[in-house]
Amino acid sequence: MLSISNLGITFTQYDQGLRRKQLTVITDLDLTIQAGEVVAVMGASGSGKSLLAHALLGILPDNAQLSGTMEFQGEPLTPKRCEALRGKAIALIPQSVGYLDPLMTVGRQVQRVGQLNGLSSGAARTLANRTFARYDLPPTTRQRYPFQLSGGMARRVLVSTAVLTQAQLVIADEPTPGLHPDVVTETLNHLRELAREGRGVMLITHDIEAALQVADRVAVFYAGTTVEIAAAEDFARGNLRHPYTQALWRSLPQNDFVPVPGNQPSPENLPVGCLYRDRCAWVTSECEQARPELRFVRQGWVRCIHAER
Amino acid sequence: MLKGEGLWFRYGARLPWVVRDRTLSVLPGEVVGLMAPSGYGKTTLGKLLAGYLMPTRGRVTLNKQLLPSRGYCPVQLVFQNPELSVNPRWRIARILREGHPPQRHYLDALGIYPGLMTRYPHELSGGELQRVAIARVLNRNTRYLIADEMTAMLDANTQALIWKVVLEFACQHHVGVMAISHDRPLLTRICQGHTIKLLIDSIPASLAKA
Repeated sequence: MLSISNLGITFTQYDQGLRRKQLTVITDLDLTIQAGEVVAVMGASGSGKSLLAHALLGILPDNAQLSGTMEFQGEPLTPKRCEALRGKAIALIPQSVGYLDPLMTVGRQVQRVGQLNGLSSGAARTLANRTFARYDLPPTTRQRYPFQLSGGMARRVLVSTAVLTQAQLVIADEPTPGLHPDVVTETLNHLRELAREGRGVMLITHDIEAALQVADRVAVFYAGTTVEIAAAEDFARGNLRHPYTQALWRSLPQNDFVPVPGNQPSPENLPVGCLYRDRCAWVTSECEQARPELRFVRQGWVRCIHAER
Repeated sequence: MLKGEGLWFRYGARLPWVVRDRTLSVLPGEVVGLMAPSGYGKTTLGKLLAGYLMPTRGRVTLNKQLLPSRGYCPVQLVFQNPELSVNPRWRIARILREGHPPQRHYLDALGIYPGLMTRYPHELSGGELQRVAIARVLNRNTRYLIADEMTAMLDANTQALIWKVVLEFACQHHVGVMAISHDRPLLTRICQGHTIKLLIDSIPASLAKA
């Protein structure tokens, strides 16, 4: 349904005076999502997760240039098509209630989503009520303003805004940090349900545990590139291919809790060759030559020349 | 010992109590985990212990004395969102010097490289900025550290890195740590090797020497 290959995003910035510089923040990003599938997009902050979502919704700033291809339901995603599809065929579940209008009751806001999707105001209101009931939101919730919601209720309202649409692709941006485990599980179950209805779900997160609870596949981003696409089971089974993914898994508190020293390279001075090589234990002189291609190894995709070991 | 005795708090005389009759303490060198569902007043409790808020009833004492009202507070609080705890118009070097400048090796251990020093907070990623916010409190005048969802926004690798440095600092300088989090595996892990006091609903659910 969604297929992204070799996506690149470059920003043009003014450096000093009229001197301009190009800042490439995403290079060689690959990802596919099928209908009925939950794909987690995982990575540290600055790895390009949110930029990808912005690119899909067509809300990148004007100084951004795209390269590579993005296809949605077999047709290329042009800026014009992004604009036509967003909120309709592609919906976003935002990160927090900060994305809602603080001066409008949540009932009206959710109803408005229905109306923007072509329903009459009566039909939209009925649908909004039904959606609130589906997520166990008491009828009084409709009259509340965003600041009056608890964390868990807010999440359910935000999910409602996406469910109301006929969106084939739902993007959930960091829906879990700082929530109690019960609310996390509830939120993830809602995403699973959306996939069961035949939609594709992209879950953007840095929370490995949350990702593995719900996702079919996990795409791991590092410094703006896809380093691995693995099945969710590969993590617990020890079938991870990229050294960075392995390091992330080991650094969980329930595993070894041992970090890899160093930083993700900044877009201003990306190294030649493999982006992970300065932190990698497997590094050889070959890694300095060229950026590794995405390869199919042990039923998953990986961008590392030593992945067979 | 940092001690909160019979703490009650509400934001206004007619508003509901956010914290009701909580008593808890942290010993030097001890790591205490605090876990409770949303709305139990964990964050407010952290703010009371660090002197950010004054309790409506009850009192907070440090070695039997009230917290100092001026100067560097020996109880330091680190929040979930570093963007809100640094001055957006200061460069990183100045932010780090706001209290007592951190020692070189903490900066190295946290991966704060010299290139960051001349930048402004908005030019750093969330993980980098949180490391700066933490480096700022790693000095000898900090006796207690309250970490309120300190690593909830960060990836697993950065989380492990930060906790490793913070726990080493706490151990070396005999600093008491209170960690507020929803992440049970994380709390179980960081309380290891210290006295474990996993508080759930502020009732000591398990007390053990690990």
